[in-house]
Amino acid sequence: MTETLLAALYIFVVAMFLGFAVITKVPPLLHTPLMSGSNAISGITIIGALIVTGRQEGWLQTVLGFIAIILAMINVVGGYLVTDRMLQMFKRKPGEK
Amino acid sequence: MSVREVLIALAYMVASACFVIGLMWLQSPKRARAGNLLSSLGMLLAIVATLFVSGIKDYTMIIIGALIGSAVGAIMARTVQMTAMPQMVGLFNGFGGGASALVAAAEFFKYAADPGALTVDVSITIMLALIVGAVTFSGSMIAAGKLQGIVNERPITYPYQNFINLIFFLTIVAAAVFLVINFGHPWVFLYLTIASLIFGVLFTIPIGGADMPVVICFLNALSGVAAAMAGFVIKNNALIIAGSLVGASGVILTQIMCWAMNRPITNVLFGAFGAVVTAGSSATATTKTVRPIQADEAAILLAYAQLVIIVPGYGMAVSQAQHAVRQLADELAKRGVTVKYAIHPVAGRMPGHMNVLLAEANVPYDQLYDMDQINDEFQNADVALIVGANDVVNPAARYDKSSPIYGMPILNADHAKQIIVLKRSMNPGFAGIENELFYNEKTRMLFGDAKESLTKLINEVKNI
Repeated sequence: MTETLLAALYIFVVAMFLGFAVITKVPPLLHTPLMSGSNAISGITIIGALIVTGRQEGWLQTVLGFIAIILAMINVVGGYLVTDRMLQMFKRKPGEK
Repeated sequence: MSVREVLIALAYMVASACFVIGLMWLQSPKRARAGNLLSSLGMLLAIVATLFVSGIKDYTMIIIGALIGSAVGAIMARTVQMTAMPQMVGLFNGFGGGASALVAAAEFFKYAADPGALTVDVSITIMLALIVGAVTFSGSMIAAGKLQGIVNERPITYPYQNFINLIFFLTIVAAAVFLVINFGHPWVFLYLTIASLIFGVLFTIPIGGADMPVVICFLNALSGVAAAMAGFVIKNNALIIAGSLVGASGVILTQIMCWAMNRPITNVLFGAFGAVVTAGSSATATTKTVRPIQADEAAILLAYAQLVIIVPGYGMAVSQAQHAVRQLADELAKRGVTVKYAIHPVAGRMPGHMNVLLAEANVPYDQLYDMDQINDEFQNADVALIVGANDVVNPAARYDKSSPIYGMPILNADHAKQIIVLKRSMNPGFAGIENELFYNEKTRMLFGDAKESLTKLINEVKNI
């Protein structure tokens, strides 16, 4: 167990730093799409929800997982769509597509 | 490891790379949309790969749940008004956190039935994912409720608030530690869940509407942390990577917002800012004079200016005036006036709120300037037009040590040759702070709803 835990911690810390490095460079202009887009990414927990629901290890787990799927899916689909909707509005020139 | 497991692991790796590249492309508006698409494809890949994980026996519930969630998410994303974006992001934060908490709960019951398979790291991360996820969920619901106006936007306070919240938090920690040592005990787990949900509420209600940008960012970070913790529980690297990226993003945005208000995060979260209207300010106000202006006169000032800097604030969002702002700017541009927009980092109710609204109104983004880019230009501006902004242009922040916003970096609107303020009435802004810019001898006040005033201005400018 310690080996997998250490590897996971390793990834956690490195990914944090990677996140800091990448996100500091996002201009304030795009901070709202950054929030909604990263929000959609946090819907990654859908993976856990799918596994928990699909393995059918008891009604309680299935119910919890089912609700988790709905919530995470709203987060993923809604987050990406609304980010796209916002980003397509940012134009350099008035008529630009 | 079977071939299938290797392929699934590789798919998660590609998905994680897509998330990182997607965020990198957000560095410029040109590639941002493609980045978001790439990130969503990564998510799709991760979801499809998960369907092949061995042990998944039944797809009925999965399909039903995914369809419901997708439909609700799509409808929300399509119909939400851009002015309501902060609430929407708040809700989504909550859903993400809630989903992570539910996954942790399901894992708890799995291990409760089979304690032999449990290791300490799993039990610890189950508790963390549950607590963080549940706090994110209920806290986000309250934050969204405040932004929507369903929950009182003013800070809700009671005696010994921070002390009571602290005690409450300690019972949560105690319950979590107890469960790690003695796994099982569904009633303690139930207490932990409910207490975490209540704590999310207690923690959010004392925070005022003007501080919501910070809270939304903070909850954003928490939703990422919850996902990462869930990743530790189910031992999935994609969750850990994606969760920590979001966590990092939320932390950075929280930090930027706090810098922009010159207040430490602790003050924002525990200070109940805006609860008390500063005493004495009303007394000084009566001795000062305000200089009103009518639309026709204001239109002349604007039409014959060379440089006009527009300072939008939350009032523009409330009055849905972003399109009228753009139309006025267009009319001025036709007359050869240069129009620029000055965006304060905490203008509005979430980071970048004003940029999105103005982009919606088709304002080209190279006319939108950050505070640092434009502050030196105000002295060359003939008119600074304040549309629903208040605290972010209050010069008291520079020198008045007794002011609650002392030290906050502000837009130098008072350096402009003339200042026109569009404002509904002389009521002080959200934080209840008197704004001395309104009494400046260069300032003229155009009273009324921002959108109506702008419409009048547009017509007057056309008639000149």
